[in-house]
Amino acid sequence: MRPLALTHFTATSAIGRGLQAMLSSLRAGRGALAPCAFETATLPTCIGAVPGLESVQLPRSLARYDSRNHRLTLLALEMDGFAAAVRQAVARYGPTRIGVLLGTSTSGMLETELAYRQRTADGALPSTFAYGATHNSYALADFVRRVLGLEGPATVISTACSSSAKVFGAAARMIEAGLIDAALVGGVDSLCLTTLYGFHALQLTSPQPCRPFDPARDGISIGEAAAFALLQPPGPDTPPATVMLTGVGESSDAYHMSSPHPDGLGAQAAMRQALAVAGLKPQQIEYINLHGTGTPSNDSAEARAVTAVFERPVPSSSTKGATGHTLGAAGALEAVICALALRTGLMPAGLNTRAADPSLGLEYLTANRHVPLRRVLSNSFGFGGSNCSLVLERAAGAQA
Amino acid sequence: MNARGELSAVVCGIGLLGPGLVDWPSAAAVLAGKHPYQRAPTCAPAPALLPPAERRRTGETVRLALAAGLQALEGTRTDPEGLATVFTSSGGDGAICHEICSTLATDQRDISPTRFHNSVHNAASGYWSIAMHSMAPSTALCAYDGSFAAGLLEALTQALARAAPVLLVAYETVYPEPLHAQRPLCDAFALALLLDPRPTEGACARLQAQLVQESADTLEDPALERLRAGVPAARSLPLLRPIARGERGRVVLDYLGPLRLAVTVTPCP
Repeated sequence: MRPLALTHFTATSAIGRGLQAMLSSLRAGRGALAPCAFETATLPTCIGAVPGLESVQLPRSLARYDSRNHRLTLLALEMDGFAAAVRQAVARYGPTRIGVLLGTSTSGMLETELAYRQRTADGALPSTFAYGATHNSYALADFVRRVLGLEGPATVISTACSSSAKVFGAAARMIEAGLIDAALVGGVDSLCLTTLYGFHALQLTSPQPCRPFDPARDGISIGEAAAFALLQPPGPDTPPATVMLTGVGESSDAYHMSSPHPDGLGAQAAMRQALAVAGLKPQQIEYINLHGTGTPSNDSAEARAVTAVFERPVPSSSTKGATGHTLGAAGALEAVICALALRTGLMPAGLNTRAADPSLGLEYLTANRHVPLRRVLSNSFGFGGSNCSLVLERAAGAQA
Repeated sequence: MNARGELSAVVCGIGLLGPGLVDWPSAAAVLAGKHPYQRAPTCAPAPALLPPAERRRTGETVRLALAAGLQALEGTRTDPEGLATVFTSSGGDGAICHEICSTLATDQRDISPTRFHNSVHNAASGYWSIAMHSMAPSTALCAYDGSFAAGLLEALTQALARAAPVLLVAYETVYPEPLHAQRPLCDAFALALLLDPRPTEGACARLQAQLVQESADTLEDPALERLRAGVPAARSLPLLRPIARGERGRVVLDYLGPLRLAVTVTPCP
């Protein structure tokens, strides 16, 4: 694939609204996982909630889109001048030439959960409930198109926890095919009862803040996030040190709906393909943002996959100890963390992990490390055995 | 690819299950005007290829999607293990959604772990890869009423990028009440297209697709038009008509409001 520039990007999660806040948290090693006090949930688990969503107001014309997911979306779009950058791209390319490719796993499902509690005597959902504008997966892209005045092709990819990594591949293919000139990619997932109680039912949630790759790791902490990037082919006006997407690898485990292949065969295939597309050898990757959910089986499968693909250890960490597992938003959130790593030279520590499980053979970072970075890889794996790896690069140059 | 933004592939196999339509040959006979359309409940057979434990866990949505995909591969020499797949659906499994939301509305909230992992939008994609032992890339997407055109665009761009065949499966089942009142899909329907970007022996038609701002085609037969308008996956029917008739034609498919997908269909010799 031809490299694509991430000319603008932003993210909002439990560790901060926008890039500066997120970077401050990462630099300070400050996580945001706290005992679950979401809605009416009574579960012995920790979550990474974005504070203040209750007070976000949607434009009146989009009132029927009101949902936790879209409040988070709107909040995040306004950070780091991202919405303004998209509007500039609209002025440059035209509204039909910018694609919107976003990932989510549960979209606005919380609104349906709440509506089910408010069913009328005859079992009907309340008249205020708007399925198509809130719960449906596509509601996310629909909302973003309306907020930003975009009229080009749009899709929501929903492949569980790989969703918003896979959108980078779909966008690259659309640009390559000449359907669009630029793409708004990203992912948004917000807290809801389905995922909290669902992962609890699968016995995959930890009672304490998740500890990816720790010998005593015992499950995930669910988080929420919105992360976006504007992808464009680099041109003469693209600054030389712009972060570029150079490789995408996708694969399936073909093994089990909710457990990874124990040797991470699908994960290996995704990483190898991403490297091949980028034209890189494994030893050229300087940092890996691991999927690293914190469950015993996920982390050991990913570690086996990484040690199979990378002959010598590569500095790596999972940032889910800070943000929680943001599910369908994780791919985009962690791509943005990788882009920040390239921009600043910060390889963020994996929080909550005292020491990495020595049996896993990773060079796992339990403290921040600063070195100029040029090539990094991010992993995202999901239910259904859906795997996606991204390679991001930045030309040599001064780092902030 | 010819013009800027024009995508092209040949259709090498078609699978179809819908109300009164048990497979592509029966649907083709109706679309070609050889048989009258008679509506009957859609049947989704159990996927024999899945191991029994997995088979028991599948609901109607997954069964329908897998059955359509399998039909499209029948009689072709395509190796399903290496075949990339695109699954597109506006809603996923409404029955599971209903069960989860009903349980969460009680004090117990003990949702079934199997239902939870089957509730993901990519359930059909995951079960397909398990059934076919396919580690090839597979995606699952949604564009509400434009889900079929969105899936066709994704499948065509993948075929172009990989220079290899791609299986597209568009599927939809009926939501139970009270969701049905909010999202009144009229029938269960699934269509699978095996698309190849290279000229291929045995292909039935070439498709050339382009984004346009024109109005979408409708169908003359009122019952078929009701199906087209009533199920996002059946917005594909205007595309299937010239293929069924072995005719050249240009159709405009619903996508995102004013933005639509024009497809030129050329029969393969």
